[in-house]
Amino acid sequence: MSAVDCKMSGQSTLLEIRDLHVGIDGNEILRGIDLKMGPGEIHAIMGRNGSGKTTTANVIMGHPDFDVEKGDVILEGESLLELEAWERARKGVFLSFQYPQAVPGLQVGNFLRKSVASIRGEDEAKGSVFREELTSAMESLDIPRSFMSRYVNDGFSGGEKKRFEILQLMLLKPRLAVLDETDSGLDIDGIRTVSEGVNAAIRGTDSAALIITHYSRILEHVQPDMVHVLLDGRIVASGGPELATKLEERGYEWLKEE
Amino acid sequence: MAEGGVIRVSGDSEAREAVGEYKAGWHDPENSTIRFDFGLSEEVVRQISELKEEPEWMTDIRVTERPMPTWGNMSMLEEIDFENICYYLKSSDSTERDWEDVPEDIRNTFERLGIPEAEQKWLSGVTAQYESEAVYHSIREDLEKQGVIFLDMDSGLKEYPEIVKKWFCSVVPYSDNKFSALNTAVWSGGSFIYVPEGVHVEMPVQAYFRINAKNMGQFERTLIIADKGSSIHYVEGCTAPSYSTDSLHSAVVELVALPGSHIRYSTIQNWSSNVYNLVTKRGIAHEDAKIEWVDGNIGSKLTMKYPAVILKGEGSHAEVISVAYSGEGQHQDAGAKIHHLASNTTSKILSKSISKNGGRGTYRGMVTVSPKADNCKLNVVCDALILDEGSRSDTYPTMEVANPSARCEHEASVSKVSDDQLFYLMSRGHSEEESLAMIVNGFFEPFTRELPMEYAVELNQLMALEMEGSIG
Repeated sequence: MSAVDCKMSGQSTLLEIRDLHVGIDGNEILRGIDLKMGPGEIHAIMGRNGSGKTTTANVIMGHPDFDVEKGDVILEGESLLELEAWERARKGVFLSFQYPQAVPGLQVGNFLRKSVASIRGEDEAKGSVFREELTSAMESLDIPRSFMSRYVNDGFSGGEKKRFEILQLMLLKPRLAVLDETDSGLDIDGIRTVSEGVNAAIRGTDSAALIITHYSRILEHVQPDMVHVLLDGRIVASGGPELATKLEERGYEWLKEE
Repeated sequence: MAEGGVIRVSGDSEAREAVGEYKAGWHDPENSTIRFDFGLSEEVVRQISELKEEPEWMTDIRVTERPMPTWGNMSMLEEIDFENICYYLKSSDSTERDWEDVPEDIRNTFERLGIPEAEQKWLSGVTAQYESEAVYHSIREDLEKQGVIFLDMDSGLKEYPEIVKKWFCSVVPYSDNKFSALNTAVWSGGSFIYVPEGVHVEMPVQAYFRINAKNMGQFERTLIIADKGSSIHYVEGCTAPSYSTDSLHSAVVELVALPGSHIRYSTIQNWSSNVYNLVTKRGIAHEDAKIEWVDGNIGSKLTMKYPAVILKGEGSHAEVISVAYSGEGQHQDAGAKIHHLASNTTSKILSKSISKNGGRGTYRGMVTVSPKADNCKLNVVCDALILDEGSRSDTYPTMEVANPSARCEHEASVSKVSDDQLFYLMSRGHSEEESLAMIVNGFFEPFTRELPMEYAVELNQLMALEMEGSIG
């Protein structure tokens, strides 16, 4: 593909994953994934445990443990593969972690301000505009003020961790948000709150979200434009939201037979 | 590394230019007015005393036996060449009350370290010691009017001999260990503080210790007496030039907290990595008094320091909060000693250590409860963070509890920075070094939050600099 083609496809394609093969410690986990997402779109990747869902999320974000053996991950016409995680974050990639890490002693408020400064720029993390943005995002996620002086994910309940991930999503305003099992460990109210946060951050913007999930529960609240099914490191089916419903009713077995 | 205040970084860009470099490591030309030959003898000790025109009782105290300490890093102590140390060096004729009167090169040094600026902004008083003698000293007038005495130790001895005689060596006897005895023999400079009954010194007073000459021995002696119901916060900082030969810093600090008083003593030592830092710090807390040591060890080649509190009076309280950072070639052997001699006394020890690039951090602690002391509570927490494979951390906690009513808690942890932790922070736009600095500063946070804000900011910047160039 020529440089010109690249640029042209970049205008309508926000994220392109092309024939992606990924291994870790010599084991191949992803065996040729292709995916295209446009601005404003929400896609879901569904699959059972061990199908390669979390690997996909980590590789997009740039986890150093995985080896990309073949293929490419392209954001707005630019390959991400040579970039470190923090550089990808500054290009607009965001990952909501399945298991967010605790950093004892690092205060939430301080961390949010520093992260917004490094991704959106120093000026964006200052003054009353940022404070108002922060307050309104926290209110919409039912996060109390006292949260600001706690330490990042330290002693957080499962639900608090997920809310904190979505709070970061809302404040960091990424071009591409990857949500890895954001619904796991959340009750119905939690899923609803978190989903509203995702909708607020993506719908009506030219950003996109890739929701990685085991169950279709979250997809009742965040309507995906496309659903992809991952099985043994390959996308074996793609379709509209109805595919999620079908999986919920029939499980994954029928796909294996097809 | 950083310069000044205790450690002052004048701006990110400037700090970044000095990556991997000890920022307080410059030295001035040695313009001494009095300089003793290398080595130690009784004659040297008597000369120092004579030079200072001291009373006879002080001369007698100086001439003492010197047993080696029995704990700590013995093999590293053996490397000290006591004959190749200068035990007394004077660079200025007098101690001034106005910076303008301090010799220019020395004044410039303290300006680069940011001391006059800090004094104007947020301190009640400052003493600045250069080599063996204090070169500058001042205290806010209102405190002086309330009867607060804040002098360098030599002036204290001259002006208040009866107070000094009463308390000198009352907390740390001269026979205590080799280094306290050495200090008692050749001491010079340090601070003398007396806070009268009921007086609260709201803003901290600061002492800054600077070694400039090669092969220098600095032996300051500090005595703080807080009378009934009074309070004071004393802060000290230390730096030295980087030389290839070793210098020795061996201070003795004695605190006397009379009934109901409160002494907080905060230190951040950032000696260059050619300095042996062997310090004896101890306080006695009388009824309902409180002594807190807030102790940060970032620099030096070998530090051996175990701030101690003797809880002599009923209801007294001790806290020792310390952090230690050991980089390449460094050993921070630090900890705390607390002795519960009276009933209803409480103590808390929090020790945090980080080792990196082959550095070694040791927590060495001793807590005792005497048979007569009922209902004591003691809590010891030591956490170590190891940043790479070749670095080392050891914990030697000792508790001797001779009264069954005591409530003792002890926790220890050793952790490493995980790749997942770094990846999480990096995914939020922070470089690997910035992420590591966030983890490290977070680890030190329980310590930093006890510091005056100015120091906390500087300590964080200092640690961020230490983390640069550390990712391989």
